[in-house]
Amino acid sequence: MSENGTFKPVIVGFLCNWCSYRAADLAGTSRMGYPATLRDIRIMCTGRLDPTFVLRALEKGADGVLIMGCHPGQCHYQEGNYKAIRRFALLKRTLRQFGIEEERVQLHWASAAEGVEFAKTVAKMTEEITALGPLEWSRNWPNEDPHIYAEEAAHE
Amino acid sequence: MSENEKRVGVYVCHCGHNIAGTVDVEHVAEWAYNLPNVIISRDNKFMCASTGQEQIEEDVKEFNLTHVVVASCSPHMHEKTFRNAVERSGLNPYLFEMANIREHASWVHPDDQDGATSKAKALVSAAVHRVLHHEELTPMQVEIRPEVLIVGGGVAGIQAALEVAEAGHHVYLVEREPSIGGHMAQLDKTFPTLDCSACILTPKMFDAGSHPNITLLTYAEVEQVDGYVGNFTVRVRKKAKMVHEDLCTGCGTCWEKCPKKVIDTVFESGLGYRKAIYRPFPQAVPKYPVIDVETCIYYDTGKCRACEKFCPTDAIDFEMQDEIVNLEVGNIIVATGYDLFDPRRIPQYGYGRHENVFTSMEFERLVNAAGPSDGRVVLRDGETTPQSVAIIHCVGSRDKNYNGHCSAICCMYSLKFAHLVKERTEAEVYNFYIDMRTIAKGYEEFYDRVLEEGAHFIRGKVSEITDATHASEEEGKLVVVAEDTLIGKQRRVPVDMVILAVAMEPRADAEEVAHRFGIGCGDTGFFTERHPKLDPVATVTEGVYIAGACQGPKDIPDAVAQGSAAAARVLSVISQREVALEPVRATIDEEHCSGCRICNTMCPYHAIDFIEADSVSRVNPALCKGCGTCVAACPSQVISGAHFTFDQLIAEIDGIMVDVNIDEPLVAAEMV
Ligand SMILES: Cc1cc2nc3c(=O)[nH]c(=O)nc-3n(C[C@H](O)[C@H](O)[C@H](O)COP(=O)(O)OP(=O)(O)OC[C@H]3O[C@@H](n4cnc5c(N)ncnc54)[C@H](O)[C@@H]3O)c2cc1C
Ligand code: FES
Repeated sequence: MSENGTFKPVIVGFLCNWCSYRAADLAGTSRMGYPATLRDIRIMCTGRLDPTFVLRALEKGADGVLIMGCHPGQCHYQEGNYKAIRRFALLKRTLRQFGIEEERVQLHWASAAEGVEFAKTVAKMTEEITALGPLEWSRNWPNEDPHIYAEEAAHE
Repeated sequence: MSENEKRVGVYVCHCGHNIAGTVDVEHVAEWAYNLPNVIISRDNKFMCASTGQEQIEEDVKEFNLTHVVVASCSPHMHEKTFRNAVERSGLNPYLFEMANIREHASWVHPDDQDGATSKAKALVSAAVHRVLHHEELTPMQVEIRPEVLIVGGGVAGIQAALEVAEAGHHVYLVEREPSIGGHMAQLDKTFPTLDCSACILTPKMFDAGSHPNITLLTYAEVEQVDGYVGNFTVRVRKKAKMVHEDLCTGCGTCWEKCPKKVIDTVFESGLGYRKAIYRPFPQAVPKYPVIDVETCIYYDTGKCRACEKFCPTDAIDFEMQDEIVNLEVGNIIVATGYDLFDPRRIPQYGYGRHENVFTSMEFERLVNAAGPSDGRVVLRDGETTPQSVAIIHCVGSRDKNYNGHCSAICCMYSLKFAHLVKERTEAEVYNFYIDMRTIAKGYEEFYDRVLEEGAHFIRGKVSEITDATHASEEEGKLVVVAEDTLIGKQRRVPVDMVILAVAMEPRADAEEVAHRFGIGCGDTGFFTERHPKLDPVATVTEGVYIAGACQGPKDIPDAVAQGSAAAARVLSVISQREVALEPVRATIDEEHCSGCRICNTMCPYHAIDFIEADSVSRVNPALCKGCGTCVAACPSQVISGAHFTFDQLIAEIDGIMVDVNIDEPLVAAEMV
């Protein structure tokens, strides 16, 4: 989405309830500024992240998707983030086939104490996506029903 | 309820200036009125105040609202508050969703009012789209077992155990060492009152050991925790003590006869000895010894068994095995305390190289009348009384290279040491400090007293402790080199003895323990409380509490206060008899389940069983914790995670991607 010609990316965030959502809360309570590019959605655990969600966000116009969870070994549900790592690897392959740049979908960790890291991650990703420019899914894949793609990719 | 029967109320909070100072809340509220099914949209100064909550209740009745969205702070702050308000209005509390426009918008984008406002709009839209898919949910009521597990028998754990036991509930107190007592049992006198540590602690230890409602499990550790608040099952490994406690009288013949002397690195901090069969200190609770199989001659060579020969009650059993005990408890308090910083990590302070550099805990043992030198302040040769002593503050604390945090107690125990050296010797005492921190009741007064006693205070961080001498008066001494920042000069102070006030650190295994109990660790590594101000002893896991120095550096009064606080929290849960569990759980649509069993292996809690007879998988709701891993994994998409369903999340994504730059949101029209 552009305003006066300057591109401001929209990044959809999927934050796990226990670590990274709280890291974002901490960034707030400690007033650590970061660009207003992230629109975040709370999920209980990164293990809940259905790859469809990522594709849906891109399809609806997001320029990037940021998935954040607890550090490996620290998942509130023991190993949900390990499941997320595996699904993420598959998802990345799918995205590559779509021709979507790596930087657009990222997986990071932040513990509930890492408000600073959280803010830094958002800032860094914003820079990267700004450099790439808009994704414009609907213009690049105009004739297909991307939702079908999304569903298929999820079940590959 | 059909789509167009749904009636949503949206409330955008100003939070005084906290949100409204950055986000254009009036605009957001006005804009939100155009979102699908929104019947009423208001902004309000303080939604969490009673007037805000009453507004929701009134509107639900007046406008027949079916769903409610509040855009304010983090759900971790006020989700419960608003759910309660929604429930009072007659709706199911889960027909509510929150948009976090404070922590996640106004507070983090103070310099970008437009950006913050746009983001707030997107988050509100997401919440509205999502809430339309919310379903009525009923929390599962579970009974609370009254038994309580307390892990760690330091002063914090003992305090908590006594409070719970006195209230009439059973406590299992699990302690890793052969005796309870923790660090406090090692101390000589306690600041600022200088009462003898053992004199105030041992009665409490005795009470804990003899209380009919307390089962002590010493030399034991928790291996596994399953279940949830009210119904935890805990597996404890009791290490084999090789001594039958029911036969042993604690007479002491065994350790007198034991030929194997071992340096005691735990209780005596390496300054004294114990035997291979030992009880850590005379007032130990329980009073029974254990055989340390690592050092016992019999386990090494197959010979000796002197203790067995001399034991008058035949209590020794060399074949004893570890015992696994399974406990069922309703609540857990973790009070595992702290470790001390290893000063070898700062090589320029020479600990381990210069024999008369001591750690604070070594000094604590040295001045202890029951310690290795019977309370005499002497050098490591065990004889020479020092003529001069330097006490170095903040060793490993307030130093980016080691620990950024202040250990909170070192200034005070350093003052205590200065006083004790003055009391017991003629020595000059030099305190090297960065800042003095004497913040609790009676502490500043104690500082004044030590100043009056003639201790010297040099403000400066010590750069080196060396035996390389520059002048004749430094001969044979340890030279403490520091920049005295008050006079702006480098100082070289020759002394006979140096005491390092080492930092309080998280236990070496803190992360592992935290994970086992579902606690978080902060950036300093100490356990994280649920809220730093308003909920200091609860954790993110219901039914698991923390107390004492495992939560952060603290002195005895604070550790005790937290022990009591954690006990009070637990007692309040027990007295409710039942607790409502979040209904965020997975369910399987058995009609469409193909029986592939992928979810069975995915579940970290083994909550999903395959039902052979019906060829389907089924979730045990009591074991499910609602992480949603199975939901995301089900290839047939027939597992639904309550409150985080596929439809709800897809709607949230669609809602969050609304174009915030146009006046009337479009997404509504293309909703799937
Ligand atoms: C040199 C020195 C001098 C001090 N002097 C004073 C003073 O004068 N006045 C004052 O107020 N404070 C003083 N303190 C601080 C005091 O030691 C602490 O405030 C207090 O001991 C904290 O108690 P706690 O129960 O939280 O932890 P701890 O005393 O550390 O007790 C924790 C217990 O848990 C056990 N444990 C650990 N892990 C496990 C596990 N996984 N499973 C089972 N059990 C486990 C440990 O064995 C221990 O028994 C001093 C500290 C030092 C280092
Ligand atoms: S709960 Fe944070 S990744 Fe699983």
